[in-house]
Amino acid sequence: MTVALFWGLAVLAAASGFLVFRLASMARVTIALLVSFLAAGGLIILLGLAYLGVVVILMMVIEMIIMAAFMIAYMMQPAGLGPMTMSMSHNQRGAAVISVAAFVLLGAGAFLAPWPHRAGPAPGSPTFQLGTTIMGPQMLTMIILGLVLLAAMVGAVVLALNRGRYDRFGDDLKQRPPADPARGGVGR
Amino acid sequence: MTLQLFLLLAAGLFAIGLYGALSQQAIVMIMMGLELMLNGVIVAAAAFWHYLAPGMASGQVIVVVVVVAMAVEMAVGFAVTTAIFRARDVSMTDEAAGLRR
Amino acid sequence: MVASAPPWAVVLVPVILAGFAFAAAAADGIFTARAAGVRLTGAVAAAPLAEVARLLAGQRRATPAADRVLWRSGLIAVPVAAALAAVVIPFGSVTVSRMSVGVVWFNAMEVLTWAAVWMAGWGANATLGLVGGYRFVAQGLAYQLPLMFALICAAAGAQSLNVAQVVTAQAHLWFAVWMPAAFAVYLAAVYAFSFLGPFSYPAGRDLAGGVMAELSGPDRLMLQAGRWLLLTAGAGMAVPLFLGGGAGPLLPTWVWSAVKTLAVLAVLVWARRRLPTIRADRYAEVAWVVLIPLTIVQALVVSLVVLTRGGVPL
Repeated sequence: MTVALFWGLAVLAAASGFLVFRLASMARVTIALLVSFLAAGGLIILLGLAYLGVVVILMMVIEMIIMAAFMIAYMMQPAGLGPMTMSMSHNQRGAAVISVAAFVLLGAGAFLAPWPHRAGPAPGSPTFQLGTTIMGPQMLTMIILGLVLLAAMVGAVVLALNRGRYDRFGDDLKQRPPADPARGGVGR
Repeated sequence: MTLQLFLLLAAGLFAIGLYGALSQQAIVMIMMGLELMLNGVIVAAAAFWHYLAPGMASGQVIVVVVVVAMAVEMAVGFAVTTAIFRARDVSMTDEAAGLRR
Repeated sequence: MVASAPPWAVVLVPVILAGFAFAAAAADGIFTARAAGVRLTGAVAAAPLAEVARLLAGQRRATPAADRVLWRSGLIAVPVAAALAAVVIPFGSVTVSRMSVGVVWFNAMEVLTWAAVWMAGWGANATLGLVGGYRFVAQGLAYQLPLMFALICAAAGAQSLNVAQVVTAQAHLWFAVWMPAAFAVYLAAVYAFSFLGPFSYPAGRDLAGGVMAELSGPDRLMLQAGRWLLLTAGAGMAVPLFLGGGAGPLLPTWVWSAVKTLAVLAVLVWARRRLPTIRADRYAEVAWVVLIPLTIVQALVVSLVVLTRGGVPL
């Protein structure tokens, strides 16, 4: 039963991943990527990591829908309607050669490498194991992840906005309420 | 359902993502390729945790780090795309290079 | 204390969910009739059933170059997400799924509505539906983090992500009493992810129905029923998370579960008519700047109580 589930999810993940670069409609492309991620989340649940699998599903749905908004905004023919007047890809043969070579190398490595034996039984609660380790031995990882996320948030907003403090508050930064394009909010 | 099969799937996802990242012109499509590559990495990391060292939490931490990397890459990538679009009104890597004077 | 139901009981989940959703919709119809001065008869209470029959027999609207795959998938996914989210809700002392990460599962299934409503808006290839779909994504960005932190408060108070453990941890005191901010934010988020009441902006009247504008017949039924099913699933989950589950004197646990669910639904349906629809630009900043710090502070309080007093504040 789990074997059938594994094969189903694996084929689904690979097939929908491949469809990402074949479909014409950008909305369908994003949903295909979402399906690939959902299948990967299912595989992670199959491996016993219930919490991480559900978290992957949760985060990937949110991320893919936000990505859909950007795809529709920045791609030329988001619905795939009309003829493809311009080719959206370059160097297809080179890319295919490189990716097939990478797949063969990695697959050969997976089958030929002398993997060590399993070191110990699975813990009773993988969630608890993850929680205690990121609050204990891997606390440094957690701190760094937090700082990286904060930097990413601040950096993304700074990059994406073309207005600054002086556009909002006037030249002496004293204008209240701020001159925002969208009204409402807390009136900071 | 062995480690090798999971790693084969991860290699396949990585290869498909690599094909996309190398062959696509639009920045957002390249990012889709990157997301697929990281998808392969998290499947591989979870498989390593399960089949090699379930007693240690390092495999799970790797999955967490890669998922965070995915989120960060998406956020900053789209912000950079928006900035490029605002500056040059273009969202394709080929045209962005051609406008350089 | 919460036992696992037999596997065939998974079929009962959508049935029970639909029953409670029908009760909520019937109550809503009764409130509307009372406000309009119409005499209350049995037909008024059974109006949701009549609406279901009417929509089932109705004709689907076909728009040019519609993305039918995404359209249908999005519409089907809304009630399916509600049913999947309800799988972890214990009914009395039995639950269909005793998964160890029930709280996160509920969150993940509710997030599927983002994809579903966006696809339903996009699929019709029409402006108003598309705007409605995007409005739902904007609303989602506002409510999702406060909802996540509210769920984290409940899970931290019980020191477990298992819904059965959350129920047993409320044996002394309900979480709604000592986590009021989390409970209030959770109820607001239930309105938000079912886009009813004050957060029905994606289906707003200024968009001729928004997401619902291009839907008719069975399509409309799926989205409309999906909204009520989501509201019911959210109200049903509030009971084990914040209101002590099936605990109560005298009556059996499943009666208490049903009574508490109906009470939460009654409050939600009653308040729905009192609150105006809020525009996204009014609540987005409030959600990020006020509600997220509020729920984080609430989580801090819960964590301090758990660490110092072992999880029982009083």
